[in-house]
Amino acid sequence: MTGAQILIDVLKDEGVDTIFGFPGGAVIDIYDALSRTDIRHVLVRHEQGAVHAADGFARASGRVGVCLVTSGPGATNTVTGIASAYMDSIPLVVLTGQVPTHLIGNDAFQEVDIVGITRPCTKHNYLVNSTEELGKTIKEAFFLAQSGRPGPVLVDIPKDVANTSIDYTPVKDVRLKSYNPTYSPNMKQLGRIISLVERSKRPVIFAGGGIILSKAAKELTEFAHKAQIPVTTSLMGLGAFPGSDPLSLGMIGMHGTYRANMCTAACDLLISVGVRFDDRVTGKTDAFAAQAKIVHIDIDPTSIRKNIPVSIPVVGDCRVSLQHLNRLIDDVELGNLKEQRKDWFAQIDQWKSTKPLAYNQEDAIKPQYVVEKLWELTKGQAIITTEVGQNQMWAAQYYYFDQPNHFITSGGLGCMGFGLPAAIGAQIARPDKMVIDIAGDGSIQMNIQEMATAVQCCLPIKVVILNNGYLGMVRQWQELFYDRRYTCTSLDHSPDFVKLAEAFGAMGLRATKPEEVESVLSEGLASTQPVIMDFIVEKEEGVYPMVPAGAPITEMLLV
Amino acid sequence: MKEEKHIMTMLVDNQPGVLSRVVGLFSGKGFNIESLCVAATMDPKVSRITIVTKANPPVIEQIEKQLRKLINVIKLRDMTGPKAVKREMALICVRAKPEFRAEILRIVDIFRCKVIDVGLEHYIIEVTGDEGKLTALLNLLKPMGIKKIARSGALALYREPK
Repeated sequence: MTGAQILIDVLKDEGVDTIFGFPGGAVIDIYDALSRTDIRHVLVRHEQGAVHAADGFARASGRVGVCLVTSGPGATNTVTGIASAYMDSIPLVVLTGQVPTHLIGNDAFQEVDIVGITRPCTKHNYLVNSTEELGKTIKEAFFLAQSGRPGPVLVDIPKDVANTSIDYTPVKDVRLKSYNPTYSPNMKQLGRIISLVERSKRPVIFAGGGIILSKAAKELTEFAHKAQIPVTTSLMGLGAFPGSDPLSLGMIGMHGTYRANMCTAACDLLISVGVRFDDRVTGKTDAFAAQAKIVHIDIDPTSIRKNIPVSIPVVGDCRVSLQHLNRLIDDVELGNLKEQRKDWFAQIDQWKSTKPLAYNQEDAIKPQYVVEKLWELTKGQAIITTEVGQNQMWAAQYYYFDQPNHFITSGGLGCMGFGLPAAIGAQIARPDKMVIDIAGDGSIQMNIQEMATAVQCCLPIKVVILNNGYLGMVRQWQELFYDRRYTCTSLDHSPDFVKLAEAFGAMGLRATKPEEVESVLSEGLASTQPVIMDFIVEKEEGVYPMVPAGAPITEMLLV
Repeated sequence: MKEEKHIMTMLVDNQPGVLSRVVGLFSGKGFNIESLCVAATMDPKVSRITIVTKANPPVIEQIEKQLRKLINVIKLRDMTGPKAVKREMALICVRAKPEFRAEILRIVDIFRCKVIDVGLEHYIIEVTGDEGKLTALLNLLKPMGIKKIARSGALALYREPK
């Protein structure tokens, strides 16, 4: 078998049915072998789109996303997508072509040291030196991508490795002597958590993307209800706990809800699960949960005590840990926890009712209104992807996510141009679902070429552009902190997005007045085609609450 | 918080690119490398890397955890403290004018070093020892004039049970 055939064999063995990619000289043998399989290949228009699409696919499906690109520029174009997946711990296997082994180091045509370039933004990466190593390496890549704390793994395959024939024995078992993630938590530590829960008067659970990655949303909800603890989530954790649950505090952090941030500052116990205390969450770290004993459960030991000192560290899988906690808490006489925490819940209700998320729908369309209407019309059931900036924050605030794997955003890297290709990947993973990219007029132009992919693949994805004519989030910072000097944030010459949609062969719709919002959304959502909906919104609307960077999270600017 | 010097050794896969993963981690995360030694062990598939680093205790904890997270790091140990023996080697080219030659040789004798090259105006001295010894020697030789110096960086091994 040739290397290319071996690769396909392992992909089949790993259950891969979809690859996002873009061909080129160094991978032409692999593409040739691919044509003789039933693996679906989605031809993107830019390699960055391939990685984001694989990312969206992985998050919507809970499986590993796979991309295939050529050497040189094909490989370098994947870097942003890989870095985004790395920050958000998304399992990907990125296959890049490489020039033949005898040319490596010669500055050959389309040669680049992609293993060197991606070393700091992959969980691990490989340059395959011989066809003999290929099968084992691909197996390892899949194993690493999805085990422990997931992440992207890149495998660089020289052309001669792909087209050399060898006698091949499939590798079934992967074992790495230096890699052994801890799934089972230390039971003694869990016991200490339970006794803190018993005594705590003002507890809060802080849940993150780790809940979604470890498929622990059910266990988290069970624990929160049993222990009567309100839950706030990070951006990556939206959907890990139902937004409509009475115990939900909403999102924490720079654009978190008033009550979530106030609760975190006032709590006496913060149970953090599957989070990494990003600076957008903590604000000033010294002031973060300063009155609380902090519990931190995470599968990655490096996440623990990296940014925040912790009283009870627990290294383990979020799901396994919560299962144990749910069992342990059954054995404890918790008395009437609701009664014990009456004052706490009353305080939270007061925060919620006095300072809710709010906006005033006046003459111009408010972006928040569009998102809230979208939530209403889709009954909160759609998979939402976002670009990055104000659109992302309004999506996070006003589409009240009830389920995991329904909010797909570039959280850590904050990568504009993510939403459209991610929607393509999510729609392919979940053909049964409505998939909507909530975008800004700036972000959508960063990977707009992928509309062609959506049209070619007949994917009924919807793009909702909150069009304010600005790079809105940067403009908001300039408004607040730079004396309204709007340097280079005005987008005066954007294309006509309706005509652009039509040029791609998709449907284009526009709303300019508040009363048109609902009808445009209804028409767009009902279509079986890809649709771009262009909402001309209030130009200088801001995202609130907002915590200035580096300030304590209780110092919120409100509307 | 006060910075502490730590000496860490790790066994790693002896493959191309592994050293760059380790060193890249230090530069990428803003950790500091004071010295670095690498060579294969008796098992040709395994190399030993010894790194001396300086940081405050929480950062030292991060460095250890981050190194352990690298897929190619098989085993890591913090060798700081008396449980491990540490040695460093230096080659010192010292100016050796006639009036100082006897004095230099006396120092070489006291420190149990070796003179491995002699010229009309210089000696090259080979010295092995812990960091304290090397520093003491350098302080004594400094007045004569040190022309060049090459230091190996520290090596360390855990003591076997007695």
